[in-house]
Amino acid sequence: MNGSTGSALVIFFAAVFTNNIVLTNFLGMCSFLSVSRAVKSSIGLGWAVVFVMTTTSGINWLVYHHILVPLDLVFLRFAVFIVVIAGFVQFVEIIMERFTPALYFALGIFLPLITVNCAVLGVALFMVIRDYSFLESVGYGLGGGLGFLVAITILAALRWRIRKSKVIPALQGAGISVILAGIMALGFVAFSGMISIN
Amino acid sequence: MIRIIIAASAVSAIGGTLALLLELAGKYFGEYGEVTLDINDGTKRTDVTGGSSLLGTLRDTGIFVPSACGGRGSCGACKVRVLEGGGPVLPTEAPFLNREERKNLVRLSCQLKVRNDISISIPEEIFNIKAWRARLAGKKLLAPDQMGLRWELLGNEPIHFRAGQYIQLLAPKYGKVKESVFRAYSIASCPTDSSAVDLIIQRVPGGIVSTWVHDYLEIGDETEISGPYGDFYVRDTDREIIMIAAGSGIAPIISMLYAMVNRQCNRKAMFFFSARTREELFHLDLMKEFEKKLPNFTFVPTLTRVSSEDSEAWKGKTGRVTALLPEMVGERMKDAEAYLCGGSGLVEAAADALISMGMPAERIHYDKFE
Repeated sequence: MNGSTGSALVIFFAAVFTNNIVLTNFLGMCSFLSVSRAVKSSIGLGWAVVFVMTTTSGINWLVYHHILVPLDLVFLRFAVFIVVIAGFVQFVEIIMERFTPALYFALGIFLPLITVNCAVLGVALFMVIRDYSFLESVGYGLGGGLGFLVAITILAALRWRIRKSKVIPALQGAGISVILAGIMALGFVAFSGMISIN
Repeated sequence: MIRIIIAASAVSAIGGTLALLLELAGKYFGEYGEVTLDINDGTKRTDVTGGSSLLGTLRDTGIFVPSACGGRGSCGACKVRVLEGGGPVLPTEAPFLNREERKNLVRLSCQLKVRNDISISIPEEIFNIKAWRARLAGKKLLAPDQMGLRWELLGNEPIHFRAGQYIQLLAPKYGKVKESVFRAYSIASCPTDSSAVDLIIQRVPGGIVSTWVHDYLEIGDETEISGPYGDFYVRDTDREIIMIAAGSGIAPIISMLYAMVNRQCNRKAMFFFSARTREELFHLDLMKEFEKKLPNFTFVPTLTRVSSEDSEAWKGKTGRVTALLPEMVGERMKDAEAYLCGGSGLVEAAADALISMGMPAERIHYDKFE
């Protein structure tokens, strides 16, 4: 195993557990809180995020290092990353609708939602700040996506468990969900000694 | 300066490449080729090009499924049973389908895209629905905002409809409107008049089709009409008929009255026509004629907002129809049946009043304009 693959693997595991983008950076909260009402749609959204994060982090790496850096247009990265993410997601939607209708109907309604998910943009920006290689970026994207999938599935399961509990009225809905997410984040801190990335 | 140009062109190039990619993907992957459409277990089998909605595909093969909203997925009228090849129920259909309908494989044909061989089942009446090219032969403002139209059907095919049914009128692209749209309008002419249809179209502020009709349409213009649709027609009983309408809701009632004249019908009938002011009332002479020809027919126009000029000249009733019913119909309501047509406010208020006076809900028939 060469150095790059090795560090990509480390970054992958770190992104799932110690540096979970939802629970340590608190990005992607809107879909995290609203979709986690049901376990089934959480898993659907989670897999869509895995797919989009992995592919767009690779593409955005190529765009950043081969177009923006040579042309000295690094300051445009926010706009460019968003356009790339949106365009690519649309493209994948068309292909999926044609060739894998079952997958399209499972993920289809979530894909447009993810285009504006800040966690996806966050992954692209972190990859730039942390100066990852291509392989590391893809590993980080895949890990970030799986981290989102894990976090949203756990939150959805917890919310399903507490649906019959007596939550004080002021905290019902979003309130208790944020508290749950906070407790989950504390739980994930336990992983922090395991691996560390900058 | 050069930096700005480079930045702008780089962003445009990236955006342009993505747009091109999407355009190409749409072109190559949006094509589904020829698929087989099977209707009512082999009654009609035809090869069609996939990729469009089932509603549009059926329309292209000459089968006109009723649709009031023109395929936007907002009316829920275009339901058909899809036995095979429909794929899973889409989120856009879900609100219109109850559990019973899902079990019976009912789908919204305007939302479902034909991708592969498909087998569907539709009621036999739908085969009766045809389409015509039609030419505008008459256009007359009946009251402010109420336009009376007469469309001559081109070709030799006659239209056979039951008084009270509606047609779909195609409004082509005009002005700033970039897409042609269909809207449903009740037929106001006599059912024996099979070579033309009369319509009454009320101006809806900002409405695509009504604006076209009121402001753009000219005598001699041609468009497309399909029909007849709907189950709003006079039931064949001996019960007293209570009709209630406002505005262009008078259209199907006129057709029903013509049909009664033709059959020399002696059923007791009362038609309440509600308007705010005197100038909003129209077709009063026509109603007088019906009163002469139908011995047991009474026309009751009523004004809900009587202005000071009207109050001297107006000899008729005033106030809401729902307030007139107890005095004018009273106990007979329990054995009567009702036909309501107009905006949803009027229809719902009238239906509630009729039910509270003892009319069973299944004897209240209505056509509600959304």
